[in-house]
Amino acid sequence: MTFVNEIHPDHLDILKEVGNIGAGHAATALSVLLDSVIDMKVPAVKIVPFQDIYETVGGTDVIVAAIFLRIQGDAPGNMFFMLPIKEASKFIQQLTGDKTIDFECPPYNEMGLSALCEMGNIVAGSYLSAFSDFTSLHLHPTPPAIAIDMMVAILGDGLLEISQAGDYAILIDTEITERNDLNATTETKGHFFLLPDPDSFEKIFQSLGVNVNDNS
Amino acid sequence: MIIVKVGMADVKYASSPDRIRTSGLGSCVGIIIYDQYIEECGLAHIMLPESTLARNGQIQRAKYADTAVEDLLQYMVQKGSKANRLKAKIAGGAQMFSFSTNNEMMRIGPRNVEAVKNALQKHKVSLISEDVGGNNGRTIEFDPSTGKLEIRTVKQGIKEI
Repeated sequence: MTFVNEIHPDHLDILKEVGNIGAGHAATALSVLLDSVIDMKVPAVKIVPFQDIYETVGGTDVIVAAIFLRIQGDAPGNMFFMLPIKEASKFIQQLTGDKTIDFECPPYNEMGLSALCEMGNIVAGSYLSAFSDFTSLHLHPTPPAIAIDMMVAILGDGLLEISQAGDYAILIDTEITERNDLNATTETKGHFFLLPDPDSFEKIFQSLGVNVNDNS
Repeated sequence: MIIVKVGMADVKYASSPDRIRTSGLGSCVGIIIYDQYIEECGLAHIMLPESTLARNGQIQRAKYADTAVEDLLQYMVQKGSKANRLKAKIAGGAQMFSFSTNNEMMRIGPRNVEAVKNALQKHKVSLISEDVGGNNGRTIEFDPSTGKLEIRTVKQGIKEI
């Protein structure tokens, strides 16, 4: 029996709600940082077999700048903040005021990487502290690590812990959009993935007073 | 010609003139076992070194180095290959993040590579070439008619082994 068999649609809805609370805080942090209107929301929480990860995250050859934090504490897991190269460059230019920073090809600007890392840290930190407050679980992130590479290769590393326990990942995906006031459109800018370790789900549900083994 | 796509923790097979591909190998390893005489090949995208790491009973064999190699060999023999003609090429096993942590999982890349090599050695399959380690993701495509493996990376472009 793998943990995934015990999860019902209701549980996914709860995770989505908790994810949205974290996303709201992270969006505020990012908006303040960049001085523009950034929205984040959790469109869905999905149970994804590893073989289908490629299709789920959208294409195989997407290159992203990714900031990775391991969550330690009561409910360990992995966290990724991923931005397409173009967006990452734009955000960091906005943040530092240095228009020469570009993550398109190596060697990457050291200052830019460091700024990107810190941005990821702030955003992930605010997400996590909201998550932590809501669930009353003690959660704290490790220092961030950064990589610019294929999205799937990076995400694969985040799945290793989970892959020992089952053949599925529960993906709490957060879409990052920037509101453009000129024509009132929103564009998807990036993703924020939360991948709790298998054993963490029960703790998250327990802290919210939800019984995982309740079949009703 | 079709390009057969192999997902994560997955194994698939191709025969000439088709090609076979897997994308986004990070710390995972892509194992190709092929026989150029009959122009058949199999590709496994493994995530973990040993099936003994599984925490639950039922295992997905393509996820682990040891069981994936067994399955690849079994298929090739079924297809009429002779054990002494079987060759292997491997790629992957990178460390995507340089992470100051004692988490053993972050060093899984090199362990995967070692496990694959051990499994190949155990079954006396000769490893023709490899592109492993480093800190970059790889997308690989194999052509069973030529036995050539094309490796794409973001930072170093395309090469063939």
